Amino acid sequence: MTRALPSTARPSGLGRAPGRVLLYLSLVLAAFMTLLPVLWMLGASVRPEGNILSHPSDLIPTHWTLVNYRQIWSAIPFANELRSTVVFAGGVTIFSLLFDSMTAYALARLEFPGRRLFFVLILLFLMVPPQITLIPVYQMVAHLGLINTYPGMIIPRATNAFGIFFLRQFFVGLPSDLSQAARIDGASELRIYWSIVMPLARPALLTLGLFHFMYNWNDLLWPLIITTDNNMATLPAGLAQFAGTHVVEYGLLMAGATMAMLPMLLAFVAVQRKFIQGIATTGLK
Amino acid sequence: MPQRSRPLRHSLRRHQTISAYLFIAPSALIMGVFLLWPLISSARLSFYESSEFGPSTFVGLGNYRAMVGDPIFRRDLLHTLVYALIVTPATVGLALVFALMLHRQLRARAFFRAALFLPAVLSLGVMAIAWGFLLDPTIGLLPHWLAPLGVSFGKGKADPTIAFVFVMIVGIWKNVGFYMVMYLAGLATIPGDLYEAASVDGASPWRQFRSITWPLLSNTSAFVFIMATIASVQAFDQIYSITRGGPYFSTETLAYLIYRRGFQDLDFGYASAVAWTLTLIVFAISLGQRVYFSRREINY
Repeated sequence: MTRALPSTARPSGLGRAPGRVLLYLSLVLAAFMTLLPVLWMLGASVRPEGNILSHPSDLIPTHWTLVNYRQIWSAIPFANELRSTVVFAGGVTIFSLLFDSMTAYALARLEFPGRRLFFVLILLFLMVPPQITLIPVYQMVAHLGLINTYPGMIIPRATNAFGIFFLRQFFVGLPSDLSQAARIDGASELRIYWSIVMPLARPALLTLGLFHFMYNWNDLLWPLIITTDNNMATLPAGLAQFAGTHVVEYGLLMAGATMAMLPMLLAFVAVQRKFIQGIATTGLK
Repeated sequence: MPQRSRPLRHSLRRHQTISAYLFIAPSALIMGVFLLWPLISSARLSFYESSEFGPSTFVGLGNYRAMVGDPIFRRDLLHTLVYALIVTPATVGLALVFALMLHRQLRARAFFRAALFLPAVLSLGVMAIAWGFLLDPTIGLLPHWLAPLGVSFGKGKADPTIAFVFVMIVGIWKNVGFYMVMYLAGLATIPGDLYEAASVDGASPWRQFRSITWPLLSNTSAFVFIMATIASVQAFDQIYSITRGGPYFSTETLAYLIYRRGFQDLDFGYASAVAWTLTLIVFAISLGQRVYFSRREINY
């Protein structure tokens, strides 16, 4: 894939001064447009309720208050919903990392009849719109009596075509010598998977883990239909229901949303560098 | 690999097969129960006149025939295609531009990367409320700021055309950062000495982009294009949160039609027929893109 070109050159000078200024201007503008709704949300969360509606076009609040942050805890069962979100998003992430990686290992590193068929199925599953299965899955979870339970929320999500595809691309790229040698020494496949392949896959697992956590932390429709008890609802579902019934209390809603967003933001900032590396080292380049 | 005796190889094979089936068992079980079976049962539903309580009367292709003759379906199909044809290239193009900007050494690079990626980690349901406020023609921040420039927001999301533009803007806003990260990862794999050699040979930046960057990013582009197309065709959250498909159904897409006919009208048969049609459209587009990209000798 890489074309052979001579590589004796000196590092090239990147951009001249006017180009630089233009570059920074575009980036500042892009970042500002991207952050605008977030800034508005932060601003609204510290403004008194009446102030948002009377002066909505102030980006920087003139009146400050923390009352929204205090009230949201009692306006919705915030602590319970936070716990529910953590258990749901965390549970799905742990189980799908485990199951996705096991399946990806088999698809990438083992010979078995039906391998191609299974892989084609995974590719097809990647494209299935979530709306299509929602009704039957709901009916099944209800039939099993698992509405408003963590297993009911987590199990249908505990493996996923994207995760399998993503990890398979990564596992295919790992050198086969190590596992071949271990196999001849009599190591079991389970041992090769757990002690050789999984440690090498750490960046990809981290990346996929963040994807899973992010997606499920923010997901709206699934937790909304699978929980009817407010104490079991996840934060986005709880906030959406709150927005539906208390249409005007934007300050409260934005305070809740800010607190719901904070853990994700901190997690991303903490792992940002490894996150990009993780994608770079997978087959998705 | 050293030559092995036949029986040993044979037993290794069998051993691998058993291990493989054990490895895929949990995923296969969960996907079988919660994905494959629901897919089959929704296909079955699409041939019945059915409600919440299950299938009632077999109507054959009746739902599909009704769908094809339904001006609402054709309208929503058109909306879906227009949305996908504008949002997909816009999202991917912007993602590539931002990635090219943020690949080089810059002050505050980490900040810009994090800022542009941020929407991907936020709940679209919640952020759509903030967007609604920013874009509101009477009290919103953006109309307020842009008025001196002569930009009019008219009746805002009460205006069919403007509502559709809003929905597209929020859709692009949400996903650009995600694909930018994919492109950044792709750029990181291109060896820097290629560019050094090219600039010694006097190649212009545009020429370098066309001859080095773009071809070597083709794997990334293939993946990003397919993921972005699938996401566009299935767009739902921002439509639900901002416009609920309105005004006058001007922002209703097929994904929304499935939700409305299925969960609001409880006409599961018709909704399943639309859902299967949407799935087939997504299959066809992805297949087309795969063929297109693999013809250019790229495999991902």
